[in-house]
Amino acid sequence: MNVTLFIPCFIDQCYPQVGISVVRILEKLGHTVEYPTEQTCCGQPAFNSGAWDQARVTARQALKVFRGAEIIVTPSGSCGAMMKVFYPDLFQGTPAHKEACRLAGKVWEFSSFLVNKLGVTDLGSRFEGRVTFHDGCHSIREMHVRREPRELLQHVRGLELVEMSPADTCCGFGGTFSVKFPMISTAMGEQKCAAIDQTGVDTVVSLDSSCLMHIQGLFDRQGKRMRSLHLAEVLATGL
Amino acid sequence: MSTTASHFKRSATQYCHDADHRQRIRTALTGYEVKRDENKSRFQSWEDARQTAAEIKHEVINHLDRYLELFERNLKARGVQVHWASDAREACECIVRIARDNSVRRIIKSKSMTSEEIHLNAALEKEGFDVFESDLGEFIVQLRNEPPYHLVFPSMHLTRHQISETFTEKLGAERVSEPEQLTLIARRVMRQKFCKADMGVSGVNFGVAETGMISVTENEGNARLTTSLPRIHVALMGIEKLVRRMDDLALFLPMLATAGAGQALTCYNTLFGAARLPGEPDGPGQMHVVLLDNGRTAVLADAEQRDSLHCIRCGACLNVCPIFRNVGGHSYGTVYGGPIGSVITPNLRGMQDWKHLSFASSLCGACTEACPVKIDLAHHLLQNRRKAVKARPPFFEGLLWSGFAHLMRQPALYRLGAKVGRLLQPLHGLVQGSVLDPARGWTQSRETPRIARRSFTDWWKETHR
Repeated sequence: MNVTLFIPCFIDQCYPQVGISVVRILEKLGHTVEYPTEQTCCGQPAFNSGAWDQARVTARQALKVFRGAEIIVTPSGSCGAMMKVFYPDLFQGTPAHKEACRLAGKVWEFSSFLVNKLGVTDLGSRFEGRVTFHDGCHSIREMHVRREPRELLQHVRGLELVEMSPADTCCGFGGTFSVKFPMISTAMGEQKCAAIDQTGVDTVVSLDSSCLMHIQGLFDRQGKRMRSLHLAEVLATGL
Repeated sequence: MSTTASHFKRSATQYCHDADHRQRIRTALTGYEVKRDENKSRFQSWEDARQTAAEIKHEVINHLDRYLELFERNLKARGVQVHWASDAREACECIVRIARDNSVRRIIKSKSMTSEEIHLNAALEKEGFDVFESDLGEFIVQLRNEPPYHLVFPSMHLTRHQISETFTEKLGAERVSEPEQLTLIARRVMRQKFCKADMGVSGVNFGVAETGMISVTENEGNARLTTSLPRIHVALMGIEKLVRRMDDLALFLPMLATAGAGQALTCYNTLFGAARLPGEPDGPGQMHVVLLDNGRTAVLADAEQRDSLHCIRCGACLNVCPIFRNVGGHSYGTVYGGPIGSVITPNLRGMQDWKHLSFASSLCGACTEACPVKIDLAHHLLQNRRKAVKARPPFFEGLLWSGFAHLMRQPALYRLGAKVGRLLQPLHGLVQGSVLDPARGWTQSRETPRIARRSFTDWWKETHR
């Protein structure tokens, strides 16, 4: 299969290992991976801030870059939701609406692509350790991906999944919300960190590096040792 | 920043640092969550029930003119006096007039968020009427001179000790520690009030168009006394509170109880169709229904936001909202707090004064998932943000997003910008956390991620060319 990758801008710049892991996994499964290097940002920060005109300018770049793609896979529930769920809203009533809908129909979140499109749950990965899994809000509530990452984790040799309670409460990141209302965002994040802490694991896994950036940032400030890894990084271990 | 916005920020900051408050709310809502889930599972399919409820409300709201007229006609046929109020002032004036015309002195109320919305108590007290809240939670916050904390649980933020202190201070009651004892104190005071009241004011949970009746649900029995002992009953109702027919209540009553309070059914469910009819021994001599618009028709005219009128005020979205659970009900500064309040308040009371509520959300969507009538609350928050920016573009932020957009549509420039950012990042350490720090909102409580030496794109170019 010809798979075109969308690597969100902050993963490109801050967490390249996530993208590299996705490429390794898909190539190991025998697929042809393409990465159009002209891609930038999905436009979500502007969109969520109400600046839809500017969000459209940004999103048009994505429409252009991914025009020829058959299937677009992205290791982010949040940026994936921007394309899959919100692009049709964003371009509603504009000439690009049709194209936005077409693009939306081609977007897959990474774990959902593995499980639901490729039918793969066991990649043969090996990861020694106990981890907990954080549900990103956009992953579960916009992309409806909840079961898939757990299925994949359950098949990783050496890995023990310890669920936190609750796993599906927001970490408080919320994009620009985290800097516009830092007190609320931080309070929410601290409760998330406490829930993670209570499981006694040393690694937290998610489908969204943005949530992990927030969680890791809080743990680091608290001086607590906690490692955060994207699911792709865990799955690429021992391949 | 508007005064409403600065109040919100100040209060939210205070509450977010209050670990006791957070814990109290959490404890209160944990019991609710267990009961809610238990009762949801009694539905054959909660999801199908939500879908049906959403369809019924969709039908009613999209034909509200017809259903309201039908409702009015049926009420009038049984002698109920129907009043239309286009805003809060008109509604208050109307109720004051009813009271004055009937030489009323003492007024007793059962729980009604709509009366909070129009600040009815203040309007009545200003005219010299004695107003008394008979719902226990409302009674407590009234004594404390506070607005209700939550749509359904007005005094959930208080401990029993705080309530006892309030009773001691305001009623001269003895100090007690058991909820039952507290209830008995309130009951002692209330019984007298019920007997002496000339007029009872209630809210309306559902108006049944086909039969011209109003449905009131409650757990304490106080609404029954409020509406039956005094000689006049006034029911205040937002125009969106209609259902089509009696059958609809078979769905909505258990749904409201389950979503709102984690109950199978609220303890007392009463239908009112008229004042005392000839041949009946008791009941009030007059019944009035005041139908309130107060911005609702403007929302009705907005196809995008119309379904926010589906709300049955169950409070389920507040209960699951991590923002509400941290900032608390009093930070919102508006009668409708939580996600539904953040959606409707800017549309009912002015976008620019209340837009901050729509921005104060991580858009996690827990509210959308919880709403029994399937209002897409999280997406409505996004729409409000768009409308707010369109109506009054913020200057600096607008510049920021324009710069962002131009950077992102030119990949070469974006990559150059990222490289410059990486080179400059070590300098950030010098100002981090200080007033000079452009990322202060983040760095005050969180560490910043490092920009990688080699981006994914660079890795790709090196390995796949």
